[in-house]
Amino acid sequence: MNFLKISKIEQENPFVKTFYFNFNLGSKPGQFVMLWIPGIDQKPFSISSDDGQTFGLTIFKRGPLTNKLFEMNIGDRVGISGPYGTAFTVDQNLHYIMVAGGYGAAPLSLLAQRTNGAKIDFLAGGRTKDNLLFEEKLSKIPNLILHLATDDGSRGHKGYVTDLIPSIISADSCQKLVVTCGPELMQKKVLDICNEYNVDCEVSIERYMKCGVGICGQCVVDDLGICMCKEGPVVNRELANKIFEFGKYHRDKSGAVVSF
Amino acid sequence: MLTTNFLGKSFTNPIVVASGILGVTGASLNNAIKNGCGGVTVKSISKEPRTGHPNPTMNGYEHFFINAVGLSNPGIDKAIEELKKFKELSDVPLLGSIFAGTPEEFGEMAERICEAPIDFLEIDISCPNVSKEFGDPFAYSISAVEKITKAVKEKSTVPISIKLSPNAWNIDTIAKAAEASGADAITAVNTVSGMMIDVRARRPILHNKQGGVSGPALFPIALKCVYDIYKSVKIPIIGTGGITTGEDALAMIMAGATLLGVGSAVYFRGADAFKKITDEMEVIMKEEGIKNLDEIRGSAHL
Repeated sequence: MNFLKISKIEQENPFVKTFYFNFNLGSKPGQFVMLWIPGIDQKPFSISSDDGQTFGLTIFKRGPLTNKLFEMNIGDRVGISGPYGTAFTVDQNLHYIMVAGGYGAAPLSLLAQRTNGAKIDFLAGGRTKDNLLFEEKLSKIPNLILHLATDDGSRGHKGYVTDLIPSIISADSCQKLVVTCGPELMQKKVLDICNEYNVDCEVSIERYMKCGVGICGQCVVDDLGICMCKEGPVVNRELANKIFEFGKYHRDKSGAVVSF
Repeated sequence: MLTTNFLGKSFTNPIVVASGILGVTGASLNNAIKNGCGGVTVKSISKEPRTGHPNPTMNGYEHFFINAVGLSNPGIDKAIEELKKFKELSDVPLLGSIFAGTPEEFGEMAERICEAPIDFLEIDISCPNVSKEFGDPFAYSISAVEKITKAVKEKSTVPISIKLSPNAWNIDTIAKAAEASGADAITAVNTVSGMMIDVRARRPILHNKQGGVSGPALFPIALKCVYDIYKSVKIPIIGTGGITTGEDALAMIMAGATLLGVGSAVYFRGADAFKKITDEMEVIMKEEGIKNLDEIRGSAHL
């Protein structure tokens, strides 16, 4: 574990901030770190940027740990361990279709930075325009076309971001990889579309995690019984299709089943 | 070569997943079977669901692992469903595990968990991580061990094993008291009480401050406990605590263990630690001309 100073804080939207740390994390896109605030809690967070000198965590304010983090200032320290877990494929020769729901844009933003040169269609969806992330940053990436969708139509396509996928998949015959991160029901829809069109896909699956190292069994999925902190969070289409509970249910902190 | 008979049930090898590792779900325990263990113990179950302590609840180091999860589990009703699911996926021996706050509640929980298709029942009276929530750990008190063992034995329809703490200085006497009160086996040991401090944060790393130490650092402590208990009781012992290699496993059997609980080795050697350990056991047994484990059980007692 490293105890790191916050070096910069950016307000991304009314609910989301990015916290930067001057540290060579050496992460791959899709991996996560555990962030500890002593006396409060420790939770997993995906990495939204990592250039070898500075990395960023883009965080949605939603509970005791993030409430405390949002009160912190530049120079305050938090415990960081990791990076942990599997990563998205990085291959400049692929045509990427990145499908982000809400703050799921965080790890895909890092992937877009790392696949510099590849053709990227970046599809970002949110409930309203205030839930969309990184519009400005993503627009600066060469060969990246940004497609926006909001449930209320306040920005981009009115409706689900997944509505936009089929026409992009069908537009040309380049070898494509669809990658997705966001609410699980959205991801399930993405997986279903990829199965229908027989396109490769990688999904970032979020499960309640405690240890991050494959020992506590908190994040195992039915019926495979594998830990998502070690064999995930990023899984390919074949593995995602084998995870029975995907898109149906997950488990809470006690281990009890909760339906989506 | 590794086939082990424990209380009339045959195990393909003596390695069982120690309670607490890989959680409660049927699918997770079944995956451990695929990774080479001969049986599984479920994470300890309570009457009501528990979310456990906030994180950090565990942390690994070069020679040990420390945890204070706080006995999180989905409660007995949901756990029974998971145990049924495990038996649908696998027919290997399944050890249930329960904890409770009073001898009466232990009896009640024993009756409930026997609704699930368990083959044995482990009684967790030695968790070091719930402070005074249930009073002093029962594993330090001979009279508490006697009361709980009797209460559970009366209600359980399967053989019971009492899980003891290495923090008890008189663990062999406590094991004898459990045996006299009707225990069918002894599980030795639970984690040993410990702590880690983050120097830069200037405070304990575990949210619960103190936790239970497992992994290689626990092994010699567990080995001595099993050795002492073997001298004082006739019932079989599930030797648990820091077993990480085939060499550790064989030493534990030479101290007197019948089954071997393996947990933190998953952190040190990966999800297939069980398979690695049994492979190493076979290599050493071939080198040493050991044909079966009965031949060496307790052989360290000269």
